[in-house]
This record gives sequence, C-alpha cells and structure tokens, in this order.
Amino acid sequence: MARYIGNTNDDRDKMLEDIGCKDIASLFKAVPDSVLLKGKLNIPEALSEMELVKHIKSLSDENFNTDDYTCFLGRGAYDHYIPSAIDQLILRQEFYTSYTPYQPEISQGTLQAIFEYQTMISELTGLPVANASMYDGASALAEAAVMSCEATRRNEILIANSVHPESRQVLNTYAKFRNIIVKEIQYNNGQTDLDDLNAKINDNTAAVMVQSPNYFGIIEDVEAISEIVHKNKSLLTVSADPVSLAILKSPGEMGADIALGEGQPLGNFLNFGGPYLGFMAVTEKLMRKMPGRIVGQTSDKEGRRGFVLTLQTREQHIRREKATSNICSNQALNALQATMYLTFMGKEGLKEVAKLCFNKSHYAYDQLTKTNKFKPLFTAPFFKEFAVTSEKPVNKLNEKLLENKIIGGYNLEKDYPELKSGYLLAVTEKRTKEEIDVFVRKAGE
Amino acid sequence: MKLLEELKYAESHEWVKVEVNKAYIGITDYAQDKLGDVVYVEMPEVGTIVEAGDQFVVLESVKAASDVYAPISGTVVEVNDELEENPALINESAYDAWIVAIDMSLPEETDSLLSAEEYKSICE
Repeated sequence: MARYIGNTNDDRDKMLEDIGCKDIASLFKAVPDSVLLKGKLNIPEALSEMELVKHIKSLSDENFNTDDYTCFLGRGAYDHYIPSAIDQLILRQEFYTSYTPYQPEISQGTLQAIFEYQTMISELTGLPVANASMYDGASALAEAAVMSCEATRRNEILIANSVHPESRQVLNTYAKFRNIIVKEIQYNNGQTDLDDLNAKINDNTAAVMVQSPNYFGIIEDVEAISEIVHKNKSLLTVSADPVSLAILKSPGEMGADIALGEGQPLGNFLNFGGPYLGFMAVTEKLMRKMPGRIVGQTSDKEGRRGFVLTLQTREQHIRREKATSNICSNQALNALQATMYLTFMGKEGLKEVAKLCFNKSHYAYDQLTKTNKFKPLFTAPFFKEFAVTSEKPVNKLNEKLLENKIIGGYNLEKDYPELKSGYLLAVTEKRTKEEIDVFVRKAGE
Repeated sequence: MKLLEELKYAESHEWVKVEVNKAYIGITDYAQDKLGDVVYVEMPEVGTIVEAGDQFVVLESVKAASDVYAPISGTVVEVNDELEENPALINESAYDAWIVAIDMSLPEETDSLLSAEEYKSICE
C-alpha cells in the first residue's frame, strides 16, 4: 500500500510523538486485547500489480458484455449508443465526484450542470419542476408514493401491475414501514385494466401509478387513466422511458402530476445494473412536497447570473424529522452524464434515436412473428420493447442464442407465472438490420 | 413587539381572536419577526378536525419551515386564501393576516390562553 500513502516512517513517528503515543500499538490500546488480531490474516499472498491486473481482467472476461455480444435484453436497462465524447468528458476532475455538493454555492459549475439537467427533464416530462435526480427509477417511484400520501393526506396507493416488478418491490418496502397500503391494478392485453382501476379507486386513494411504456413495452392510455384519477381527486404518477418522450406525448401533457423514471437510457452505461439515476418532475402545486435537491437560478448582488440550492427548508438538515424525505443527495455524476447526452443528441437527435428504436423493434417483431415460432402476446401498441410467446422453452432458446454471441430476451414467466413462455425483447437504435435478421434466423431455427 | 389587548395568545406564539363560536388564528408579531420573510403557508384542509396542541399549519420562511400549533380544539372552517398569493402579509401585519378560522368544540379552552400582558412576559 506504501505507494498510495504519502506518509513516510518519519512522518508517522512525528505524528505519534505529537499526540503522545510511543508507537502504533499504543495508539490502539483502547481496543481490548481479546479482539486484537495477532499473526497474519488467512488470505493468499499479495499479488504484484501486474498479476492483479491480469487476474481481474480474466474475471471480467467471464462477463458477457455488449461490445462482444448483440443485446436484445432490456427490462429497464437499455443498450443505447453513447457518444464517445461523453466517456472522455465525464472523467474531467471538476466533475468526477459522485457526490452532491455540501457547500453548494461555491461549486457554481456543478450547480449550473444540475440546473441544465433539471431544465431538460422538465422539458421532456412536460412538468414545470424537476429535482436534481434520485437514486434510480425504482426509488423515485417509491418516493412519489410517499409524496402523494403526504399531499393528499390519504394512504392508499394503486399501482398497475404492468409497472416494473422491481419498482413495485421497492415501493412495497417503503410502504411497509409508513402505513401505506399498496394495491395492484390488473392488466388486460398488456395495458392497465381501466375497469379494474375504476373498481379499486376510492376516497382513500392517494395516487395511481402507471408506467408508460410499461414493463411489457406497451404504451398506456394515460389520458383515460388521468380522467379517472383526477375525478377522484387522486394524483397520477407516470413512470416513463425518457427516450420515448422524444416522440410520445409527455406525461405532463396527459395529466400526470408526477413524472419519473429510470434515467439510464440517457447516455449512461449499462454498468451491469448500476449506478443509474432516477429522474422526477412534478406540478408547481407539488413543488414543496418533492423530495431531493433542487437547484435554482438567481442573481448575485451585482446582478450576475448565479445558481443556488433552493427550497432547502423541505430538507432534513432544516426540517429534521418532518422533512419531505430523507433523500438529501442526488446521483450527480449520472445526472451530468444524462445532461451531456441530451446536449450532444439535441432535440432532433433524441427524436431520431426514439424513431429508430420504434422502427427497428417493430421490424424485429414482424420478422419474429412471421417465423411462426413466436406468437404475439399482446396486441396493444409498443415503443422499443415487446412481448411474444416462444414455442421453444425460453431458457433453452437463450442458451442457444448465447452460443451465437446473442443476448436474448427475458423470461416473463419469472415475474408473471400466467405468461407461460412469455419472452420480452428490447431493440434499440444500436441494432442493425443484419443483427436483427441473424437473431430472427437463429431464434426461429 | 406589537401586541393587541383584545386578542388571546398561546405560548407557542399564535394569537386567537374569538367571534362568537369561531376563532381566527394567526401568528404573533414577535413570531413573524423571528421567522423572517414568510414565503409559503401550508394550510390544512377545510373540515380538518384539530385538537389543541396539534400541529396544523406549516410556515416556510427564508430561514426555516416552522410548525404552527392549534391553540384550541375544533374544526377548520376557513383558511385565508389571500396568504397563498401573498404570504408576506404575515410579516407586514401579523394581526390582520389570520391563517385559519376554527369552529371551537371546547370554547372554554380560551380561558387558559394568555392575555397580551402575560404573553409579553414570556417573550422577554
């Protein structure tokens, strides 16, 4: 370790002398002898750096990665193209800290970046106030449920079971310790069943939560849902794929009070599952109930533009146990990466990505169902992900695809036992026609 | 510190103005001065039933978000909508800027509230 620690033995002796210890052992004399480790740790000998790098590389080579494999797996994490400039810029030392600033106003650059991020999220979602980001899409959803209960003073949440199962799990964990009742709305043809919603909504429903495009990739009829929800004076939360918002009507336009989602598709690497970021935007009415940090624009005493953390009175360092939430942090670096992505793509670029995803996934769907080895599971409209049923057992199919360097879809039966042989596939703009054709041929064999 | 003789006061810095069975409630001049510029008032819903001592309003100032407690028990029958648009009224004229009106369920509770003089002594 010596090379990573700048202190010499002389430095160490001087420090010990200054605090009145004669050696390291006397520094730790408060630790009872019975729990002190004597002798060596039972671990292998240290490797040299060269050996270590080789070892770690061999371990990481056992992973299937999207450089060497063609990926048709989605389920919340998507293999979109990330402009190479991002990879370089994100390493700049001014930015390369994952942490939210604690002496914020001194970090004007960081605050400006977050402010730009919030502005972009607000434009994408069609809602006026966005926060500086949340841990991930699932925790953003759970926080939205808590916020809805606070705002409406009701304690029941209705969530569509076409919302990502892992998000629902996180919601249930949050709800369990806050006396929030969570009930699920069934799906019908892959979409939220409006009759079931109508039957379950009541005076105690704080919020109805849907995802669109939902877990099956299907676009929900958010406007119809919104009407039912608002007639009941409940709040509507829409979880959305941010890429889809480039071409679909925004949650705000369709009546959502809260829009949120997993921000990974915006220029963040798959990272084998994280770290990602959650985004969240709300109506002006809910501004003071929103969890997380918010950066605002202001001017200093000389009239120059500046940025501050705003509405901090909601947060726990001021409001203590009555804080709107205990999220006083954000995913700054991931949010910055999303901001860079949106900046590089621009409005037109993001639209193009979304259109390509739409066209390519529909091409894959058509080709796949033509083989007769796959049948449509639902007929409702989808964006970039879709569900079919496979004639072959899904696990067998995926094993075979993997031999051909293709990462296949997800076995829906794991989450929905009733969807026998259900197969969930995602097709992003990265997939070429040739890749799709090869996939269809191999899968259809 | 401005005080009005005809009002009743609570130790938690609210004032109460009784009109038959209805009580108008605001915060004292002393309290508004300590809070600083009020930027937002979070109102209870009309119809909310409160007990004396319940936290029922949140005042957000540039410094902090502070709770306002119900000095008496009853049902919230009115909230001052003007404060939604212009919360600074509380700073400008604390005794005109009533926040909520309560239909008292136990009017005798007002007997245990403080007079202007008693309230003054606890603020000193």
